[in-house]
Amino acid sequence: MMPTPPQTPQPPVTPTTPTAPMAPLLLRAFTATSCIGHGLAPTLAALSTSSSGLRACQFETVRLDTFVGEVAGVDQQPIPAPLRRYDCRNNRLAELGLGQDGFLDAVQEAAGRWGRRRIGVILGTSTAGILEAELAYRQRDAKSGALPSGFDYGATQNSFSVVDYVRRRLELAGPAAAVSCACASGAKVFASARRLIEAGLIDAAVVGGVDSLCLTTLYGFHSLQLTSAAPCRPFDAARDGISIGEAAAFALLEREPGSLSGDDILLLGIGESSDAHHMSAPHPEGLGARIAMRAALAAANLDADAIDYINLHGTATPSNDRAESQAVTSVFGPTTPCSSTKGATGHTLGAAGALEAVISAIALRHRLMPGGVHTSRVDPQLTAHYLMDNRRFPLDRVLSNSFGFGGANCSLILGRAG
Amino acid sequence: MNLSVYVDGIGILGPGLQGWPAAAAVLTGRSAYQTAATALAAPALLPAAERRRTGRVVKLAIGIALEATAQARADASKLPSVFSSSGGDGHNCHEICESLATQDRAISPTRFSNSVHNAASGYWSIATGAMSASNVLCAFDASFGAGLLDAVAQVCVNRESVLLAAYDTDYPAPLREKRPIPDAFGIALVLSDQQRPQSIAQLAIRLTGEQSETLAEPQLEQLRRSIPAARGLPLLRWLAMRSGGRTILDYLDDTRLSIEVKPCF
Repeated sequence: MMPTPPQTPQPPVTPTTPTAPMAPLLLRAFTATSCIGHGLAPTLAALSTSSSGLRACQFETVRLDTFVGEVAGVDQQPIPAPLRRYDCRNNRLAELGLGQDGFLDAVQEAAGRWGRRRIGVILGTSTAGILEAELAYRQRDAKSGALPSGFDYGATQNSFSVVDYVRRRLELAGPAAAVSCACASGAKVFASARRLIEAGLIDAAVVGGVDSLCLTTLYGFHSLQLTSAAPCRPFDAARDGISIGEAAAFALLEREPGSLSGDDILLLGIGESSDAHHMSAPHPEGLGARIAMRAALAAANLDADAIDYINLHGTATPSNDRAESQAVTSVFGPTTPCSSTKGATGHTLGAAGALEAVISAIALRHRLMPGGVHTSRVDPQLTAHYLMDNRRFPLDRVLSNSFGFGGANCSLILGRAG
Repeated sequence: MNLSVYVDGIGILGPGLQGWPAAAAVLTGRSAYQTAATALAAPALLPAAERRRTGRVVKLAIGIALEATAQARADASKLPSVFSSSGGDGHNCHEICESLATQDRAISPTRFSNSVHNAASGYWSIATGAMSASNVLCAFDASFGAGLLDAVAQVCVNRESVLLAAYDTDYPAPLREKRPIPDAFGIALVLSDQQRPQSIAQLAIRLTGEQSETLAEPQLEQLRRSIPAARGLPLLRWLAMRSGGRTILDYLDDTRLSIEVKPCF
């Protein structure tokens, strides 16, 4: 049973404070690892061929009738010896992701330019290495109930563990935090990093999201009847829930330099809001989502018609997609092309915002609007212009939505430099 | 480089520190510190259905946020917020891990909804109708400093008032042995970009490598060391003293926060 939404006070229809335009930030480097591939090239290839990485769930000992987006090779990924106490599936996924697309070198190059104390690390996660605690609870001492001695809470279970790991792995010494706003986490890291850069505390930031499969989310979303027994079908008339995925996605953010190449990707706008409505259900008309999208447009100093494509949150639950479609249509009208890439990657929860920011960057760089995968008939009640097929188009600006439990909303606008 | 903000309101709940007036008396030495289990009340502000579902972490966060916003005479429904906690709801986490270790693995949907690290932020926005941005952070033992930096940067960059709530609750056994947080403790601050009649002090904040300030009272120092949110106590002592000075708070490893405190009269 879904809990009943409470009565809420009449909410405002505009952001509570007007959003001033923000100085754009450069994505100096970026990378993504999900079930559709390790790094940018296979991710682009999968998007270009409308491939999905969702498979019937075989994860660990989970016996649920659901599909998951499991990343290949995570369990085989070694953790460097000096950081062995951080060894867990979530940090292995982080390590696997960091190793792609020359990201490690790009960060070291930035450390040489700015200094290690001037680079922050801000990463989104919803569950970090909770899997380690779940496994430890199966091995409690029969007499005392104690957890096994090998279980390291701070280096694996705690939400900060992945940030601590990545910061040590990259040998950075600037400010650091995990952002954990459920499924908006991986987008909101850009807002946190932008504030620290703009305030002058740092010159660059490693941002991103890392979330890995675990029993808490698989059985938890199942308990809320929010998982589908089939690969998820965002915006489909027959959509019936999410497919959980996992991902590690990273970007290196810096102030916009004096000279840019046409292929460079900029973060132009960020908009955040809270639904103030319900812990696990969206505002029915997507009011919070509207506020976030409008705030992102205001921060980017753009009109709605400047957006060429929207990468939707599009989780494929009936209520989420309905609310998001209403919100998108109210801000952009019914013609702006949009799609959810979760049919390909699954819902990567706390990493989704970062993964989809990178997918948006790929879309801009390769001039590709990815059509939705697994969706066969768009729900006629959803008025947003949902793309069923890939479209080649010289995109200049993309908006990416991420919304989470607790009513956390974040919209990002990315654009080509030229 | 210093970041400058004003403190307009303070909220605090912790063992033997029930609210700012009582805590200020202890921190200035006017009252002796007497430790007692933290008392948490169900937030009357929440709709009944929500109120029933809240655990200790939500009661704690809403309790300190209400005290700080009332003192600041701030409209809570308009304030952006930063919530920072080293671990979220430990009892809820324990119940889920226990259920997942059983044969049927059935977990309660309410427990799962409440397991998100941003549960307190979500309930706060429902309680107050605040639709503005709310960030939710975790930085393990550095969570107070991480929350303060994020909130201060937001005040300075967006030129707006921001609510900071930093709080921790205890884990039950067996997690308690791995993460021995003794009780619930939280500090909330309403921070503003400009001085108002209600402003208590001006803070100038920067990163430093200097040693952090400790508390002379042994039990308070023990509290500061044992609960991450209590790393903010030396700042609250300066605010309670109503005298100018500089404190250094623990943050990450060898990075600490230097804070010049200048009272507003």
